[in-house]
Amino acid sequence: MKHFFTTALLCLVMVAGAYAQRTVAGKVTDKAGEPLIGASVTVKNTKVGTITDINGMFSVKVQDNSAVLVVSYTGYSSQEAAVGSSSTLNVVLGENEQLIDEVVVIGYGKQIRSTLTGNIAKLTNENVKGMPVVSVEQAMQGQAAGVNVESVNGKVGAAARVRVRGVGSINAGTEPLFVVDGIPLAKDSRNTFGAPLNPLADLNFNDIESIEVLKDASAKAIYGSRGSNGVVLITTKSGRSGKSQIELDMQYGFSKPTRKREFLNAKEYIELFTEAANNSDDLEGVAYDESYSWTTFVKNRFSRYSGYNDDWMQAIDKTNWQDEAFQDASIYNTQLSMSGGTDKVRYYVSANAGFNEGILVGNHLSKDGARMNLDFDATDKLKVGVNLAVTRTDTRTVSDDNAFSTPMQLVALSPITPKRDENGLLYDRPVTTYYNGLIDVEDATRKVFSNRTLANAYGDYSFTENLALRVEAAANLYNVRDEARFGERTDTGNDSKGYGQSVFAGATDYNTNAVLRWNKAFDSHDLGLDLGTEYFQSTSNRTSVQGEQFPSDGLKTLASAAVITGGTSSEDNYSFLSYFGRARYNFDRKYLFNASARIDGSSRFGANERYAFFPAFSAGWVVSEEGFLADNTVVSFLKARASWGQSGNADIGNFRALGLYSPGSYSGSSVFSPQQIANPDLTWEKSTELDFGIDWGLFNNRISGEIDYYIKNTNNLLQEVPIPSTTGFSTQWRNIGELENRGWEFTLNSNNLVGAFKWTTSFNIALNRNKVLSLADGQDIIDNGGSRYLNVVKVGQPIGVFYGAEYAGVDPQNGDALWYVNEEGGDETATTNDYSEANFVVLGSPLPDVIGGIGNTFSWNGLTLDVRFQGVAGNQIHRAGDIFMSCNACWFDNQTRDQLDRWQNPGDITDVPEARLGYSNGDIGRSSRYMSDGSYLRLKNVTLAYDLPANLIKGVRSLRLYATATNLLTFTKYDGWDPEVTTDFLANNTTYGVDFYSAPQPKTIIGGIRVGF
Amino acid sequence: MKKVKYLILSGFLLSAVACDKRLDIEPLQSVSETVALDSDANVKLVLQGAYDNISRDGLYGGNLFRDAELAGADGEVRWVGTFGDPRDIFNHTMDAGNSDAENTWRDAYAAINTANNVLSALSIVNEADRGRVEGEARFIRAAAHFELVRLFGKPYVAGAANSQLGVPVVTTPTRGVNSDSYVSRNTVEEVYQAVHDDLHEALDLLPEDNGVFANKYTAAALLARLHLTRGEYSEALTEAEVVISSGAYSLVSDYASLWNQDDNTDEAIFSMQVSNQDGANELVTFFSIPEYGGRDGDIEIEQKHLDLYDAADARLALFYEGNGAIRTGKWRDQYKNIPVIRLAEMFLIAAECQARLGQSADEYYNAVHTRAGLSAKTGVTLADVLLERRLELAFEGHRIHDVKRLKGFVDGKNFDDDKLVFPIPARELEANPNLVQNSGY
Repeated sequence: MKHFFTTALLCLVMVAGAYAQRTVAGKVTDKAGEPLIGASVTVKNTKVGTITDINGMFSVKVQDNSAVLVVSYTGYSSQEAAVGSSSTLNVVLGENEQLIDEVVVIGYGKQIRSTLTGNIAKLTNENVKGMPVVSVEQAMQGQAAGVNVESVNGKVGAAARVRVRGVGSINAGTEPLFVVDGIPLAKDSRNTFGAPLNPLADLNFNDIESIEVLKDASAKAIYGSRGSNGVVLITTKSGRSGKSQIELDMQYGFSKPTRKREFLNAKEYIELFTEAANNSDDLEGVAYDESYSWTTFVKNRFSRYSGYNDDWMQAIDKTNWQDEAFQDASIYNTQLSMSGGTDKVRYYVSANAGFNEGILVGNHLSKDGARMNLDFDATDKLKVGVNLAVTRTDTRTVSDDNAFSTPMQLVALSPITPKRDENGLLYDRPVTTYYNGLIDVEDATRKVFSNRTLANAYGDYSFTENLALRVEAAANLYNVRDEARFGERTDTGNDSKGYGQSVFAGATDYNTNAVLRWNKAFDSHDLGLDLGTEYFQSTSNRTSVQGEQFPSDGLKTLASAAVITGGTSSEDNYSFLSYFGRARYNFDRKYLFNASARIDGSSRFGANERYAFFPAFSAGWVVSEEGFLADNTVVSFLKARASWGQSGNADIGNFRALGLYSPGSYSGSSVFSPQQIANPDLTWEKSTELDFGIDWGLFNNRISGEIDYYIKNTNNLLQEVPIPSTTGFSTQWRNIGELENRGWEFTLNSNNLVGAFKWTTSFNIALNRNKVLSLADGQDIIDNGGSRYLNVVKVGQPIGVFYGAEYAGVDPQNGDALWYVNEEGGDETATTNDYSEANFVVLGSPLPDVIGGIGNTFSWNGLTLDVRFQGVAGNQIHRAGDIFMSCNACWFDNQTRDQLDRWQNPGDITDVPEARLGYSNGDIGRSSRYMSDGSYLRLKNVTLAYDLPANLIKGVRSLRLYATATNLLTFTKYDGWDPEVTTDFLANNTTYGVDFYSAPQPKTIIGGIRVGF
Repeated sequence: MKKVKYLILSGFLLSAVACDKRLDIEPLQSVSETVALDSDANVKLVLQGAYDNISRDGLYGGNLFRDAELAGADGEVRWVGTFGDPRDIFNHTMDAGNSDAENTWRDAYAAINTANNVLSALSIVNEADRGRVEGEARFIRAAAHFELVRLFGKPYVAGAANSQLGVPVVTTPTRGVNSDSYVSRNTVEEVYQAVHDDLHEALDLLPEDNGVFANKYTAAALLARLHLTRGEYSEALTEAEVVISSGAYSLVSDYASLWNQDDNTDEAIFSMQVSNQDGANELVTFFSIPEYGGRDGDIEIEQKHLDLYDAADARLALFYEGNGAIRTGKWRDQYKNIPVIRLAEMFLIAAECQARLGQSADEYYNAVHTRAGLSAKTGVTLADVLLERRLELAFEGHRIHDVKRLKGFVDGKNFDDDKLVFPIPARELEANPNLVQNSGY
């Protein structure tokens, strides 16, 4: 194909040059000696010219020795060369120096960084390439200031949470808008079985050229109602003119959990539970040997848990159930890419295949994809291009954290229980304390197959050198199939002779936009104007079937189900229609001004409140361009900037404003029942944001950085406000309350050592304070109630603040758990053993005060060492699952070893109350007993790479050997598994920092080889 | 000129992308409230929705009955499940955050609101059906209020003023949130009176036969329960006999065949319809074992309860052993109907009233007693009837209410102990400052 183009173009040029006198031939290369294909070679002041062939060769006819050749090539400085008397002429082109001032992708355009007035964090391919993680945001973790990425747990394929500059909403979405090559990518997952999977896993981040995170209002207001939580612009690679470059990257490695917890062994288990039963008998005044005593009950249970025998008496460790929850996880990934092109046509194609096993038994993901990006200069004025990516991601999921069948809940089983019976069958209840989740691994399949096609096409036409129009059309076609099949022995299938479910869900999102750009530079003035419109439409649908009664576990599809118990289909639509504009002006690149506005309309709001207006203004002053700093040898760059703007949040789901009845069924007939109470006044959440920043560079920009201070105030919060249930509804959607995020961001990039031994450092840290300013009139708190979880929304506190009873330890006299009474104005030290007498108080925040990362790269003679730390500080974690596993033997769940510190005798000083089987003695989730400091510092990524020198490799362009480790070391005081956690079944906007049998993060080590051809 | 052309072209392209009408999108899985109440057929669908509401987990879907049994366990059943909220009901250590109390409160008022919506749209209902529709809606509203006041208010004391706080009586549909939405608790007497009035209206309006939905006798049966609770024995006897003498129902001969049924038995006066397609049976979830669709066998039956039965009692034979403990066979299989009121209860109410009023209770008592395979008795005493009631209606959600009505004890707690009353859910107190918490919370 490429040959065809080249040949065709050469033919055209040869016709043009037919009447010339003498021939000059030569070669055009870049500084590295690589031939430049398709470079233009013209004879100055004539219409004669040619382009270089596939080897960079050209030949052109000239009139005489005075002729001058002009050689030009996109992205390189043009060069003139006098022919003289020679008949051969080789030209070396240098890269265009002006481009070194970094180009940053902004919403619907690009801009030179030094003229930016907003805050945009940029990551490049180098920052994410080759990371052994599944999705792009995981690869970004810790690398952009103020961008908090948190995995909810260590399940492979699980969604990660991204918060830009704090949590921006209570009930509406808090994820930034991800835009991939102009396609807004809904981050809502469509899998229906269990916690949401990560749709960004469908993007191969090795294809990414750059990631720009728009953080302040001036940068993101152009995205209007969808910009409030920040915008992440992902640009995939385009081809570059030149010889085709092929790169093959293969990596293989394995993962283990970052940490395990310690549980009781058989001897300790028997000892603690016997003691707990004795204590309960003592409490009731029952003799231990009575048939109805707790002690007898416990012995019967021990024998039951042993498999109905007396094996337990020997206290032999039969099974380490925690070890059973994990597997040796292997990972392999292969990436193949090829790029290149001529001056007119550029391409990037890639293919990838990978397999990631999760650390949890039965959890794995495989992913294959391909991408083709084409850019074509159709004429001097018209550029067209296509980006097309297809991905298939297959995930074998495990149950949510709150299910007995999830592997992590195996830790509840007793160490005296053998894994299998004499026939080799996995033991289940009543021998196991609870359902044995390993049966799910053996006899159930839960697979999610997803296919995604991301496609966009653009045309960019320059009417004049000042005026251009770009039109883009994009589609995000997504379908996901959940196939779940539970065998007869599984918890889900054992009452129905097997259970099967098949769900087919799909989404089709279309986005079209057109932007008219006008630009004019005269004297020292530079003026730009963009006008655009955009339309987005999403249709999603879902069809599901459930069946029971299968003749055999081997039959996997619903065709074998004797009874079809359910089937349904549904469809949802929403749309956005927008108009936007932006004006830029700078004087002498010294005084910078920017204004933008967007009008958004959405189907999600009632007809009266359908449209909203989002303006932004910003200005910058490049101080270093002023005369008084021009000759300063220390300060090489200094810019002060300020911005103000508004953006919105429309991520509230559909039809929230309407009073709705939902259909259902009762006794086989259809019914209507009230579903949602109307609120005709429902409108957009609006964020108003102020940002002050300084960009600086010292010593010829060897050290550079940014400092930002921002105040982001979100009001009209879309809230599901609790209303009296006596109305028949529990909540109503309203625009109520105000929320503030304010904070500092610092970034620093430094070339510490230059020369043969290079050392660079990049550092970012962000401080954010989140505070709920107000809720509904007279409302101080949103408390979902219950006695298990601590997160609430409370005025004056960060979102999701922990609120409950304050644990006061153990009464040394009698072993009772104590709580502080915390009567307002009362004795601060007063305690009670009656939980209901304890007043709830604020116990701590699950949101970190500080997030950051630091990376150091050392390179010498082809060796590169990259060491990157990432961490958070100031947050608390609620170990909500500990009410079962660390409850001083309140029930038969195996206990963490720290419970051996229980109170035993009067005078014992400990935090663990007396063990009392069947009694509640401090095992209440809604108390500070189960809170831990969640700060951590993690060795996120270490990569050691060696690029073999050119003289050692033959037949290939480059060869790199590397090893990468992620999460290698974690420094934390956290008492649970891993401090990066929010249990999946609760992960919503107001629930943060809850650990409930959540899988720890994987610690991964891989080795790889990267070959360039 | 050329530039102008280009500008026009661009303007055209810009506007071609847009189309304002595309923002008008209606939901496909729901209907707006005006549509739901705008026709005879739709109002009737909403009425069925009210049944769907009372069949939810927190009401007759089962947890209401489970909780009544756990609260009145007294060593006869043991909660061994992991859920803390039922355990707190069992241990009498509930706090205001108890999610089961919250669910029951919420589900009951959802049903009341749906019933009130139906009652507000009666004028749209065909005249021929209007009385029935009104009667059913009133029945559901009464049933929900009755269940609420029995759990969330201090016990009704016969002959007293009963000015202790009950629950809010709500009789208007909710269309928006306004100052009327912040209701206060009515007294126990007021709630019982409202229930009484609704049931009396329903009794007059409802037909004798109405499929699986409430009919005249369903209303009479619930009225019998209400009068019994109020100690109005002759009224209770009258209503129970209305049901018994109607001939609409008969005791099934085999006690075991009452349970785990897909369809209503001849004895069922009112049942929740459950199938693998719709409805919930949470009693199975907690009383049964995984083999039959239960959780882990969270509720075990203790010897103390079994000791109450005669060895020959067919009701004793219904118990089975599973997952290492004794289980009740009443709630064994999933997807089966939940009897809410059945004829045997009417016999026992009638017998109890007769015994209390100095009449012979032998006939009604023996009808139930002999059905269990036991020989007939003469000179039946009140104590005989009460024991029979306990055995016949075991685990059907009567226990704690009987303890309160009979001024008994449970786990050493007096019938009017604060901890035997459910707390007003904390979230309700937060959402509505007009609500007052019960003492003891």
